[in-house]
Amino acid sequence: MSDFLLELRSEEIPARMQAGARAELEKLFRREMDATGVSVDEITVWSTPRRLALIARGLPEATEAVSEEVKGPPEGAPDQAVEGFCRKNGVARDRLEVRDVKGRPTYVAVIEKPGKATKDLLAEAIPAIVRDFSWPKSMRWGAASISTESLRWVRPLSGIVALLGDEVVECEVHGVTSGSVTLGHRFHHSGDITIGNADDYAMKLRAGHVIVDHEERQDLIRSGAARVASEAGLVLVEDEGLVIENAGLTEWPVPLLGRFEEDFLEVPPETIQLTARVNQKYFVCEDDAGNLANAFICTANIEAEDGGARVVDGNRKVLAARLSDARFFWDVDRKKTLAEHAQGLKRITFHEKLGTVANKVERVAKLARWLVKEGIVKPASSTTSAHPEPVEGSGAVPATRTSTGSARAVGELADMAEQAARLAKADLVTEMVGEFPELQGLMGGYYARAEGLPDEVAYAIRDHYKPVGQGDEVPTAPVTVAVSLADKLDTLASFFCIDERPTGSKDPFALRRAALAVIHLVLRNQLRVPFFRLILASTHRWYVSEAERQGHQLYADVYFGLQQAEGHEPNLSDVEKLVRQRFPNSDEIREQAFEGTRKLDEFFFERFKVQQREHDVRHDIIDAVSAMKVGDRKEDDLVRLLARVNALQSFMDSEDGANLLAGYKRAANLLKKEDWHGVEGEIARTGEEDPLSQVDDPDMKAVIEAKMALRHAKELSYMPEPAEKALMDALAISEPAAAQAIEAEDFAQAMAALASLRAPIDRFFDEVTVNAEEGNKRAHRLDLLAAFRAAVHNVADFSRIEG
Amino acid sequence: MDRNPERNPAHSFQDMILALHDFWSAHGCLILQPYDMRMGAGTFHTATTLRALGPEPWNAAFVQPCRRPTDGRYGENPNRLQHYYQYQVILKPSPPDIQDLYLKSLEVIGIDPLKHDIRFVEDDWESPTLGAWGLGWEVWCDGMEVTQFTYFQQMGGFDCKPVAGELTYGLERLAMYIQGVDNVYDLNFNGHGVSYGDVFLENEKQMSKWNFEVAETDALFDLFGKAEAECRNALAADVPIAAYEQAIEASHIFNLLQARGVISVQERASYMGRVRDLARGSCEAYMEKEAPAWAEKYPEWSK
Repeated sequence: MSDFLLELRSEEIPARMQAGARAELEKLFRREMDATGVSVDEITVWSTPRRLALIARGLPEATEAVSEEVKGPPEGAPDQAVEGFCRKNGVARDRLEVRDVKGRPTYVAVIEKPGKATKDLLAEAIPAIVRDFSWPKSMRWGAASISTESLRWVRPLSGIVALLGDEVVECEVHGVTSGSVTLGHRFHHSGDITIGNADDYAMKLRAGHVIVDHEERQDLIRSGAARVASEAGLVLVEDEGLVIENAGLTEWPVPLLGRFEEDFLEVPPETIQLTARVNQKYFVCEDDAGNLANAFICTANIEAEDGGARVVDGNRKVLAARLSDARFFWDVDRKKTLAEHAQGLKRITFHEKLGTVANKVERVAKLARWLVKEGIVKPASSTTSAHPEPVEGSGAVPATRTSTGSARAVGELADMAEQAARLAKADLVTEMVGEFPELQGLMGGYYARAEGLPDEVAYAIRDHYKPVGQGDEVPTAPVTVAVSLADKLDTLASFFCIDERPTGSKDPFALRRAALAVIHLVLRNQLRVPFFRLILASTHRWYVSEAERQGHQLYADVYFGLQQAEGHEPNLSDVEKLVRQRFPNSDEIREQAFEGTRKLDEFFFERFKVQQREHDVRHDIIDAVSAMKVGDRKEDDLVRLLARVNALQSFMDSEDGANLLAGYKRAANLLKKEDWHGVEGEIARTGEEDPLSQVDDPDMKAVIEAKMALRHAKELSYMPEPAEKALMDALAISEPAAAQAIEAEDFAQAMAALASLRAPIDRFFDEVTVNAEEGNKRAHRLDLLAAFRAAVHNVADFSRIEG
Repeated sequence: MDRNPERNPAHSFQDMILALHDFWSAHGCLILQPYDMRMGAGTFHTATTLRALGPEPWNAAFVQPCRRPTDGRYGENPNRLQHYYQYQVILKPSPPDIQDLYLKSLEVIGIDPLKHDIRFVEDDWESPTLGAWGLGWEVWCDGMEVTQFTYFQQMGGFDCKPVAGELTYGLERLAMYIQGVDNVYDLNFNGHGVSYGDVFLENEKQMSKWNFEVAETDALFDLFGKAEAECRNALAADVPIAAYEQAIEASHIFNLLQARGVISVQERASYMGRVRDLARGSCEAYMEKEAPAWAEKYPEWSK
């Protein structure tokens, strides 16, 4: 058994690529060893900016000899076949053996594969690993690069150390030959370091001022930064990303603390932190009160002769130059109001087919106002808002919070939502956001407060991009909710209307994320609205905007006004039908809007299902609920839909639920087998497409009357059996009880009402013969089962539930 | 080491430049003079762009004055200038010890890597205008970017075969660092009392004013069109170097129009596309013209 060491030395590897490179090295090494049959146990992989190292412990000296048997043609097969088999396997015919295979004597070639020395296998594996190594970006270099076939690596590959035990594994990759010699720290060590074996590698490098274990460097930076901060009486602002990045930039990390002028603290702390972090990779510190301190911590790669004074001073100057830029931006930006900045949005293209950001802002502002006016986003009240937005600086609660629901409160909220929407994107044209795009929203919030806008507006500007990803905070302040929702709905509607939809892994405009954010906003804030109305309102805004852009406003408002006039919740086909009736002229933009609406509607439901599935909601349960109708429309009030889903899921997890489902399936199967469509359904069996077309036909009169008589047999013509009677009674109670509970949106109660049917349905199946010989009994019993099925369907479409 | 004792880079801007010349000359570079045209970066010098193409070895170093009209601050900002110097070194093919050579060059101008923290931080370079890109680093000295270090991978849309290493030193900021001054105009230019401000302050004031306020925009639009036309004329006459010069000209005129604020965001992309066509077209024509001779001399090479 021997330990194997591989070091691939190169010019500085980007810090962000090192973790991936370690994984890649281990993966490729295991792949190569698996392929050659060398068993690999423990592997350690390390990285520094200048090297990747792998240590595999306890490799065997050689692989085992193996003998393989290859089955050939049966004995007595034509000579041609047998010879072909021999050729293919490199075996002489007289060496073939004969074995019994399923009772037939069959030729077998026995191929002996001798074991191979691990060292030889490694010598072949190393070039393969280097050649196959995948980097996010790679390059060619040097004289060999006269050919495009030359080796590609992240930066020039300069050396390979390969030792099995104490011996060099000799190999060559594109002119780089392996050996036992490496280099130490770029400045603290000169000359070669000869490695003896895997065991002395880390130690010898340490003597050469290189800490090869990246985790150890990370620990040093983490603890060193905390230490220098506390020595200065400050608290380090922890930043794991910076720890890893600095460990990826150094072989001998030395955290050093410096100070910058206190005056700079007047700019928003996020800007200081960002410029320190992103541009300079510095940590920042806080004082005891949690305020940002005028200090930074840089991580040097040397133990400077003067203890780092010059290094710190140089870094201080660079940071000062950056901070004076930030202060300059802060001062310049505040010379204009956000409304003035917003004028600049007319010059920024949002998307070539969607006009400028100013066009988008116009749509979002109208949509935000509409969301409030429609009562979808409501003024907050102390009772309904579980998490009121903290109002900084004062304990006073703004008037809007107490006058909930009044027309005045709605008006104020609508005004604020529109105002915030009109200003939300203005910071995109400020100098500060131009320099630090990550600060979008945040800076707008600062500027809004600096010019004295209401807190609600400032918070909405600040937070309207939220929620950005999985787990991000979902806004709850009404103004913010309105703007955030309007912004995302507009983005989705606009891109869908111009047919820019996510496909496969491509989602360049992050529309899936936007859809998820909309779903989170609706659910978190319990916004009660048929979802289709949101979609239609959004695509309508695009339609108006686009019609204006192309100079035909004619149909613009009419299109959306129609469905409102009908006084019931629209569905797309209604809207399309009505609008085409009234405005039969062809309208390309309108067709685009309809198509976008249709696609967006499907997209949202698909995203909703995906999102729910990620929360371990069973897909069949979602299907069972979303197949429900509300009036003539499908259920698309997400809040209610989800409440139903949750109630149904917990019901299905209970014993009652599981048993009821079994009863339901039995009933449904029977009805299907008997092809029972109720007594009315029997009418259709006359073969006409429209069963009612013949109701007035005198020839049919007798038939119809016979059927109607059957139907009226509700006043039963026979004495029902006890189990039959019990089911009838139970249905008579539970059906209206379930319906009432659903009306009240108490879905747990609706499930409980269904649960009371479980025992009667079980008993019914045990005791009653459905297909009785008497037609009236059969009809009644099938009707009874149909009524049972209908009662269950009022709660959820059980036919879609698995199990 | 390769240090000339007569040079005093710690107190003289010009000595710092001369020390770099001494060093790179001793390491086999041609010492060239600046290209005599207005350009935004040393990379535009034909000694970099055109020489990066093809198989022939090429080692050169030179100072290139750079003009970035929008960076003008009327002489009021301590480290932003519309005119400044870059020091360019181009080594083709990139030698295996290029990093060591570079670090030695820092030592000859007085940067001791055991007193100052030198770091190679990922920074890839791309110039859509030139159809060029490369991988490399920005080199930090105590947190300040002092050099752009790039391995050219493509130029004019062609793979660089072989790859050239390009070093671009920001001379003023390096000198400010070495001399320990916080304002560029306070730099000691010659070690004998003439400051950078004495040489360039008035220039910055006047040129900032001209760039931002005075330059006649109709004339600039006209010049842009003429440079574009002349570039095509030169391409048609199979003189790609002349065509390339017109591309450089058009690029600078475009920068001036930007400074005058007369190009909208939408137009901007279209102007950039036009400049790019000229530059790439010139590089391509240069390649076409030279390729047969190169292929003959270097049989292992292909376009």
